[in-house]
Amino acid sequence: MDLLVKNGRVVDPMRKIDRIADVLIREGIIRSIGDGYSSDVPVFDATGLIVAPGFFDIHVHLREPGTEEAETIATGGSAAVAGGFTAVAAMPNTNPPNDNPSITHYIVSEARRSSPARVFPIGAITKGQKGETLAEIGEMFEAGIAGISDDGKPVMNAQLFRRALEYARMFDMPVIQHCEDVNLSKGGVMHEGIYSTRLGLKGIPAASEETIVSRDLTLAQMTLGKYHVAHLSTRGAVEMVREAKARGLRVSAEVTPHHFSLTDAAVADYDTNAKMNPPLRSADDVAALIEGIKDGTIDAIASDHAPHHINLKMLEFDRAPFGITGLETAVGLALTKLQLPIVRLIELFSINPQRIMKVNSWGLFEGSTADLTILDLNRNWTFDVHQSRSRSRNSPFHGWHFKGKATATIVGGKVAYEDRA
Amino acid sequence: MLKRKDLLGIQDLSREEILQILDTAESFQEVSTRPIKKVPTLRGKTVINLFFEASTRTRTSFEIAGKRLSADVVNISSSTSSVSKGETLIDTAKTLDAMAADCVVIRHSASGAPHTLARLTKASIINGGDGAHEHPTQALLDAYTIRHRKGRLNDLKVAIIGDVSHSRVARSNTHLLTKFGSHVWLCAAPTLMPVGIDKIVCENAEFVHFSHSLDEVVHDADVVMMLRVQFERMNESFFPSVREYFRYYGLTAARAEQAKPDVIIMHPGPMNRGVEIATEVADGPYSVILDQVSAGVAVRMAVLYLLLGG
Repeated sequence: MDLLVKNGRVVDPMRKIDRIADVLIREGIIRSIGDGYSSDVPVFDATGLIVAPGFFDIHVHLREPGTEEAETIATGGSAAVAGGFTAVAAMPNTNPPNDNPSITHYIVSEARRSSPARVFPIGAITKGQKGETLAEIGEMFEAGIAGISDDGKPVMNAQLFRRALEYARMFDMPVIQHCEDVNLSKGGVMHEGIYSTRLGLKGIPAASEETIVSRDLTLAQMTLGKYHVAHLSTRGAVEMVREAKARGLRVSAEVTPHHFSLTDAAVADYDTNAKMNPPLRSADDVAALIEGIKDGTIDAIASDHAPHHINLKMLEFDRAPFGITGLETAVGLALTKLQLPIVRLIELFSINPQRIMKVNSWGLFEGSTADLTILDLNRNWTFDVHQSRSRSRNSPFHGWHFKGKATATIVGGKVAYEDRA
Repeated sequence: MLKRKDLLGIQDLSREEILQILDTAESFQEVSTRPIKKVPTLRGKTVINLFFEASTRTRTSFEIAGKRLSADVVNISSSTSSVSKGETLIDTAKTLDAMAADCVVIRHSASGAPHTLARLTKASIINGGDGAHEHPTQALLDAYTIRHRKGRLNDLKVAIIGDVSHSRVARSNTHLLTKFGSHVWLCAAPTLMPVGIDKIVCENAEFVHFSHSLDEVVHDADVVMMLRVQFERMNESFFPSVREYFRYYGLTAARAEQAKPDVIIMHPGPMNRGVEIATEVADGPYSVILDQVSAGVAVRMAVLYLLLGG
């Protein structure tokens, strides 16, 4: 695909670019970045907009294969580009789980066929995500996975997790942990604190996350493995990751927009769209996450997009499944809530996610795949969940107002999404 | 009349509303002493008892309360309901609404289930106990009993002893009694004391205290309220054995002696004799456990009347 992205503010912190320029794309590849092109290719006018390397959401549940009534690779990919993401990492807890190369192949080929966003599958760490024996990590790597995780099910066996950290080094892939001690969290449905006590709901203590982060950092040091903390949610976990980075460990961490935008007070009316795992934490934890985002302890913002069919969310709070959708609100929440310098925002959504996952990087340089996210920092907009491109509607952000939006998404030189005011 | 559709918890009731319920209950208490225990107040109204958790006394109490007011009372328990056929709570609620029920009393093991129901029904919802959240009519009948015996709801030392963590009765009573300026002393082993329990009331937090020592909370108490212990908690290691539980948190006659001479001893039932309360205490002179039961009917009549009457 050919395209001239004209007159935008081109920002790529990795390549130290921040200037008004035109980006010429031919056959899906960036050919040049310069000024005053007049060419025969179609023009995308980016005047007043920011042209950034394509955003990459490294924590997404696409539900295919197995739960297509909630989401498919096609609908999830469509929601991704509508949220400004040119790429997503698809978690392996499908049905069957992505624990062998044939499932990986299926996801990769279905994504090529139907998804407007690029999809990088994450492979399971253990067969069937059962936490018993290693999955065929090498074969899945050759089929196209970008990392491994038993997301949703922490690897409780420390010896097995040690092996995973060691083995994944062969492929330079991250081992991504959903940090939760399942004995401490058993039966819990929200953060353990004043609100859980008042509401009479069983709590998930911060310690259930922190004990596993602590254990895993010890193992990461021992193995020199590449360790990534998924959806980090507590002050204690932020502090441990900060300290581990200072010691030079190969550790990275992501937070979700809902964990820095909402506290456990949001559960007050037993709203099942405030039920997720890890749960919404206390105001003090939220403050610590925002500090961690600002000081660089946190590497990435990832949505943990977790669509569920409405029938499952219209249940008693105890019985409803964990998770909310997030692809279309992530960038708006970050722009509205965090007040970050644009360079930092692009690091969190694009540069660092590419560094964490095992992918060929892209950006604003000649020869790169032309995957671009176009931002309008002044766009005021309101999220209407009924207009969502996801197949599910489980978002707590319906009706929220945002300032700043990804107004276009370009994948391989093709305008995959555009929202002109 | 209460200016609200539902009774979901004590937390959001005002003192005025609580007093209105208790005063109305006083006037209904007399009905239960008549040879013909019935008034026509709610004739033509339909009250459905929707019980997803086993209960004899609360369900029966609501049923008798409704019938003494001449309402038509229908009981649905989970064994007979379509829940066992996989129908959701929401569909059950909509079905009952379509049959023009005026009031649904719901008991459910999931905290917040009545709130979910209340958002979806035209019928008034009364929370008959939801998970570990609230049991408002229990707290109201306890308040009725306390006021009857003590003449007031303020300036009392009330000890609530037992499985505070899983108790909706403890939460509702804490909300109610602190609203009136009584001091609530919650007492449990650390394993059964939830985090932030001293902060669950939004106002009057200075009236909530907690302790792990039964002797400390019973000392000079005006009211001692024992909570039922569920034996399955043992398997989750909240405490090692029934014997050891009784050693630290069982109310014996000797321990009850440390309270004020006119102490009243309460229990929401059903009791485990010899686990949280010794038989001689349960049946002893300070016990008002059966008064609580009879107050339950009057209080539930008042609640039904104030939500549905007029």
